[in-house]
Amino acid sequence: MIAILCAVLALAVQTSSQDHPGQYSAIDIEAGSRLYAGQCALCHGPNGDLVTTVDLRRGRFRHALSDEDLGRVIRAGIPDAGMPGFALQPSEVDGLIAFLRAGFDLSATAVKVGHPERGQALFEGKGGCGACHRVNGKGPRGAPDLSDIGSIRSPGALQRSLVDPSSAMLPINRPVRAVTRDGRTIRGRRLNEDTYSVQLIDDQERLVSLMKTDLREYEVGTTSPMPSFAKTFNGDELANLVAYLLSLKGTQ
Amino acid sequence: MKMRSALDFFFSLAPGAHPRRGLSLTLRRGVARPRLSVAAGAAVLLLAPFHVHAQVSSDRLLRATAEARNWLTYSGTYQSQRYSRLDQITPANVANLEQKWVLQAQVFGAWQATPLVVDGIMYVSQRPNDVVALDAKTGRVFWIYRYTPSPDQRVCCGSNNRGVAILGDTVFMGTLDAHLVAIDARSGRAMWNVAVAEAKLGYSITHAPLVVKDKVIVGVGGGEFGIRGFIAAFDAKTGKEAWRFKTIPEPGEPGHETWKDDAWKSGGGSIWVTGSYDPELNLTYWGVGNPGPDWNNEQRPGDNLYTDSVVALDADTGTLRWHFQFTPNDPYDYDSVQVPVLIDMNWRGPADNVAKLLVWANRNGFFYALDRATGRFLSGNPFVKVNWASALDERGRPIQTPQPAGSPTWPGNQGGTNWYSPSYSPRTELFYVSAWEGYATIYRKETSVYQPGRNFSGGGFTVLTPVPGAPTIGVGRRSPINNWTDAVGHGSVLAIDPRSGETKWKFEQFDVSDSGILTTASDLLFTGGREGFFHALDARTGKLLWKASLGGQIVNGPMSYEVDGRQYVAVISGNSLVAFALRN
Repeated sequence: MIAILCAVLALAVQTSSQDHPGQYSAIDIEAGSRLYAGQCALCHGPNGDLVTTVDLRRGRFRHALSDEDLGRVIRAGIPDAGMPGFALQPSEVDGLIAFLRAGFDLSATAVKVGHPERGQALFEGKGGCGACHRVNGKGPRGAPDLSDIGSIRSPGALQRSLVDPSSAMLPINRPVRAVTRDGRTIRGRRLNEDTYSVQLIDDQERLVSLMKTDLREYEVGTTSPMPSFAKTFNGDELANLVAYLLSLKGTQ
Repeated sequence: MKMRSALDFFFSLAPGAHPRRGLSLTLRRGVARPRLSVAAGAAVLLLAPFHVHAQVSSDRLLRATAEARNWLTYSGTYQSQRYSRLDQITPANVANLEQKWVLQAQVFGAWQATPLVVDGIMYVSQRPNDVVALDAKTGRVFWIYRYTPSPDQRVCCGSNNRGVAILGDTVFMGTLDAHLVAIDARSGRAMWNVAVAEAKLGYSITHAPLVVKDKVIVGVGGGEFGIRGFIAAFDAKTGKEAWRFKTIPEPGEPGHETWKDDAWKSGGGSIWVTGSYDPELNLTYWGVGNPGPDWNNEQRPGDNLYTDSVVALDADTGTLRWHFQFTPNDPYDYDSVQVPVLIDMNWRGPADNVAKLLVWANRNGFFYALDRATGRFLSGNPFVKVNWASALDERGRPIQTPQPAGSPTWPGNQGGTNWYSPSYSPRTELFYVSAWEGYATIYRKETSVYQPGRNFSGGGFTVLTPVPGAPTIGVGRRSPINNWTDAVGHGSVLAIDPRSGETKWKFEQFDVSDSGILTTASDLLFTGGREGFFHALDARTGKLLWKASLGGQIVNGPMSYEVDGRQYVAVISGNSLVAFALRN
């Protein structure tokens, strides 16, 4: 009961101080930075990587995935690993999490990370993300496969992809339109390119390799075919989706 | 053809230097089957696996230009033009090139070496410090000299070695642990080995030595470790040090006033690319690397001589004759470790006297022409986008315009160009360089405390990307998938008119290139790139005439040589050294 109350309180604090949906404020990050230096750096180090297999700056944790998990670890500690609990105010905990999520960079954006299972429900339900994206062998191949997206992109980049896809689209994923000398039009997503050729997956999910000398027209677009979900999801939903995407670490 | 007959005339005057003559001597010694006579001539050349072992005298090095069939120094000749006078392969027949042989290295990692070829025998270094002697006609190996650098060695950027030098019957190599080794050219055994500097303090040697007269000249790398650079000459017979020029002047020496307090003690000034030599002036020219720490120039106020400079030294004594600094008080890691290219041309019109020039496309993005007798600045113009300086003043000093913190600087940290060798063709009178275009970085300054042998960088940088966190260009290519794309920069071969600094044509690639450039007397230009394509261009127009997909990144300088009347072009791609020649 108390825990729920704390969570609600924390949520209220976050909501009041946030600049953008699903993000922590610059004030949170700065407050967290001061707390980190005083309370955490002794064991975790100035770069957050002194504890084996943990890299706080890059989001590599042993016992946490969501922000709520992080808050629990900070408050309760991990006695088995020698980490004590810290009796901090909810706003202080938020500050620390914000600092971690900003990658220790005071000028960066700190994205909130919610509940992955709720995010998965949104991904498969309301968002309809599976209509274009493939995850762990399920879904079409036109858009980038997201099975390992959590290990190659930051929370900030994932959130940007959701609200403003073109501004976060990696250049390699740019949509390609090519017209061959015999008049065929090929559209797809770029997989690789060099001076003389381009490799792509076309809208029929075929792997295609084109020689540029065989093309009459060749265009690489900078607008993502993905729509913005800024109006579809609120801040908490974005945080949950980011949490789900971050949980996708790839399969062998 | 004119060239060929002139060469034949020269060889007839040079005893022991002509391959046929040398072969006949070998036969007379009775090594060959007795029934073969000297008169068998050309037929023997095709059958007999013999090679000449004419000594590479210092006189031959002086006249390397006349020995078109050989490649006697890292940059081909002392002028470092990487221009081959061979003309069998032409724009008309270059499409008939075919692979003649491949040497697969058993060592992985960027292979930056330029081979030497001496009378049919090739000498090439491979990682970390091996030297391989092979038959330049077949690629079959005679011997491998293996040197294991001390575990104390520290290099910033991989176990690179860019090549060897030769004098007499001795091959010279600098090592990652800052030794200089002399190797017998026939047996592949070490003759002497001297420590040039202390490896555990971060000193190394990664460039090919330069032999001038009876001395072997090398400099030391380690610009990321707070070293104090120097160039030193060693007696080729004994390895005894003959002279040393310090690239960071000590108290009491001229130039020391460009440093404050103790900053000079970790001032950098590394040497990691081979210099050039002008026999008439008896000056040897070397490009000097970045100051230490790399990025935080607030830790070292002043111009920081002779970092980011070219120095002209008396080849006999190492005495500094002149210097020219490209980037004073550099916070961008703009090492001036480009190969000094010496050219003689009518400066500003045919009516003028022929000028002795030093031309230089610098990592800082400017192309310079200097008078190489005096170091006088003649002209300088940007060859890529530059925003760290608005212009050069009348003495060639940049008017610096540092960008606000967090803003991109052009050219980026790897520079408008870098260490990869440019080329100059006296026929086209154009200077060719591998440039990086559309590439910028955002610098970060931090305070670094010097600790012996430890990284001393003073900050760092990130490459400007269109999307935060997108993949960027690395130092070397690590994947066959280019997921960084041309959105973060691409490579171009630029053909620059040295008189005007103008780019006459450019050949663009999708990925960046760290390949050197070779031009030939038939107006061909050969170059590679990180994508693994080996391209032949028309040196006059930049038109692509031929290409081969070799698969691995080309980060060395292509070179050309001739054996038994056949011209070869050799290039290293990935872990393979490949030799091309015309189809039979």
